[in-house]
Amino acid sequence: MDPMTTSRRTFLRLTAGGVAAAGLAACGTSGPQSSGSGTGGAATGGATYWFLTGQPQQAIREAQVKRFNDANSGSQIKSTEFQNDAFKQKIKTAIGAGEGPTLIWGWGGGGLKSYVDANQVEDLTSWFGENAALKESIFPSAFGAATVNGKIYAMPVETTTPIVLYYNKRAFEKVGAQPPQSWGDIMDLVPKFNDQNIAPFSLGGQSRWTNMMWLEFLFDRIGGSEVFQNIFDGKANGWSDPSALQALDEMQKLIKANGFIKGFSSITADSNADQALLYTGKAAMMLHGAWTYGSMKADGKDFVTGGHLGYMNFPPVDGGKGDPTDTVGNPGQYLSISSKASQAEKDTAKKFLASNTLDDASIDAWVKSGNIPVVKSAKDKLASITDKNDAEWLKFIYDTSANAKSFAQSWDQALPPTQAETLLDNIAKLFQLSISPQQFADSMNAVIGK
Amino acid sequence: MAAPPILPANARKAPSASVGRSGAVAWMALPALAMFLLFGIVPLAGVLLLSFTQWDGLGEINPAGLSNWRSVLSDPALPHTVWVTFEIMILSWAVQTPLSLLLGTFLAGRQRYRALLAVLYFIPLLLSSTAIAITYKALLDPNFGLGPGLHLDFLTQDWLGNGNLALGVVVFVVSWQFIPFHSLIYQGGVRQIPTTMYEAASIDGAGRIRQFFSITVPQLKYTIITSSTLMVVGSLTFFDLIFVLTAGGPGDATRVLALDMYKRGFQANLMGPASMIAVLLVLLGLALALLLRRLGGSTTASQQEGA
Repeated sequence: MDPMTTSRRTFLRLTAGGVAAAGLAACGTSGPQSSGSGTGGAATGGATYWFLTGQPQQAIREAQVKRFNDANSGSQIKSTEFQNDAFKQKIKTAIGAGEGPTLIWGWGGGGLKSYVDANQVEDLTSWFGENAALKESIFPSAFGAATVNGKIYAMPVETTTPIVLYYNKRAFEKVGAQPPQSWGDIMDLVPKFNDQNIAPFSLGGQSRWTNMMWLEFLFDRIGGSEVFQNIFDGKANGWSDPSALQALDEMQKLIKANGFIKGFSSITADSNADQALLYTGKAAMMLHGAWTYGSMKADGKDFVTGGHLGYMNFPPVDGGKGDPTDTVGNPGQYLSISSKASQAEKDTAKKFLASNTLDDASIDAWVKSGNIPVVKSAKDKLASITDKNDAEWLKFIYDTSANAKSFAQSWDQALPPTQAETLLDNIAKLFQLSISPQQFADSMNAVIGK
Repeated sequence: MAAPPILPANARKAPSASVGRSGAVAWMALPALAMFLLFGIVPLAGVLLLSFTQWDGLGEINPAGLSNWRSVLSDPALPHTVWVTFEIMILSWAVQTPLSLLLGTFLAGRQRYRALLAVLYFIPLLLSSTAIAITYKALLDPNFGLGPGLHLDFLTQDWLGNGNLALGVVVFVVSWQFIPFHSLIYQGGVRQIPTTMYEAASIDGAGRIRQFFSITVPQLKYTIITSSTLMVVGSLTFFDLIFVLTAGGPGDATRVLALDMYKRGFQANLMGPASMIAVLLVLLGLALALLLRRLGGSTTASQQEGA
């Protein structure tokens, strides 16, 4: 009975919406719930786990939970699934209301730091000390976004997903062009595709972080990885660095040249419409995360299996200072444990982390789905892939991640939520051409350090 | 409309009996009052308090004095948001009122086929705003939507990607959703008008159109005010539809106050400024409702007596 009522209460609290609900929730946290066990099912030691929908990742997460529950009849994990963009708000609100899950899925970085500042997540440093073999097996670079003030608050799980430049080989054959080797090539390709009524680039602009991926690469290729590092470190006027202004200007040049699909600002990434534009040949190229490979393979008929999908790291900008091996994206996904959970729930969650998130079955499943899991042993698994397209793809992603001189975390995840929201807001306006690069830099400089 | 004068009359005649009865009536109001206090007044007070604090939704709540009010009121984006809110309010009122009035008058007839039409016409009201928004979003998609699918060039616009068009789409969808509801109100209002008035007008030689403007519209004065109040105050809280349809975009072209509040509170983790906007919304709603009541005149006499 207990889990039922909890989930319904959570649901009501989340959907009641508005700040009024948050006001009530605030009363809740200072009231009886401060005593400890906020999450449901405390009596049995069962833990709760919220994660994202979207195949193939969803099925792998479901299988992990099922394997755990089959092996541990005494302490079960109850999972709830959410869509990507909806999850980001729900998890924050629920944690603030003391109704969050035991296992908190996230992207690390600024979001994790805000949980740490509010004492909402467990310090896992000593736990990793006890489980040194587990820690050793994970890519060291994945721990950066899990570490706050020198302590580890989350375990890197799942996959390393850099952002890559995808292209449709059939579209390039149709116009008789070669994939771009530089930013200049990209600008030259734009009119060629537009003449054939093919959009040069697909983009799900309403989601806003999709536009951000472009700026992440342009900033890096033009000014090097230190331009964003300065902003991240809170250096004053970091956004009006000359390289940053040049990158913003180049961005608007591409938009003005009709580089993106018509109506991009009303397309959302959650609906996968941006991927559909690429595999149906309505668009020639797309800058997107490595996580989209699996869904394009599943939905794109023979697009992936027939070898029509091409991909590369973002090309250099002529005269730019950035290292062309640099990449951006998500070095990993992260699981934290709620500090408000009961001891039994925490124990269940830790057991799940240790035995079911990066076990052999999970690693196999991730590699088979076209993803590189965050473990060093992933490389050995690659040889077992027989599908030629998958094998090439996995090697590309492994090399891109492993050889990157700098693997920067996505800006909206790296920055604290307040700055991230202002950033996404201004990026949407920049892509709408309603503000100039200078106005963008001024608005963003105003929130540095907030 | 006229309040039943029974209670005060009784009170004057038999004070002892009235204590018992009004006491019982007061008890009956208690559950509603308790609910109103718990879910209306308490959160409102909470939001007012929060608007003077600094809170990220996770950590501790710190008092911040007037800083939220100062920072939001001096935010250069606020006038635009308020303007968009009023634009959608006025446009959707201007589209909905004449259409619902005409449809309501049409549906007030007693013919069978009109009853059938009324039922069909009622369907949009049964759908949730989110479902409507998702459907329209799919239909209006510039690459996979209705226009490109049927190869109709005039439908193949960047409906949700162009600021002005997006605002127009929001007004259209809002009207599509709510016209049935307001038509229903007008239908009821028209049926209340005594047929003798129309008969007298016919004898005087007034045609259909003259009857509509000289009898139907003046007789519906209070219905129009009721329906307008619902539209105007309701439009302050448009959130779900716009959030799913445009997410306030493109840029900030359809960012209304309610959406701005959500974005500040739950995406930027600034609960203080978000609460301040919530307070602003409450004040705006109250002011508009009062204004519309004033427009209707202070008399509580029923419209037939007034005519």
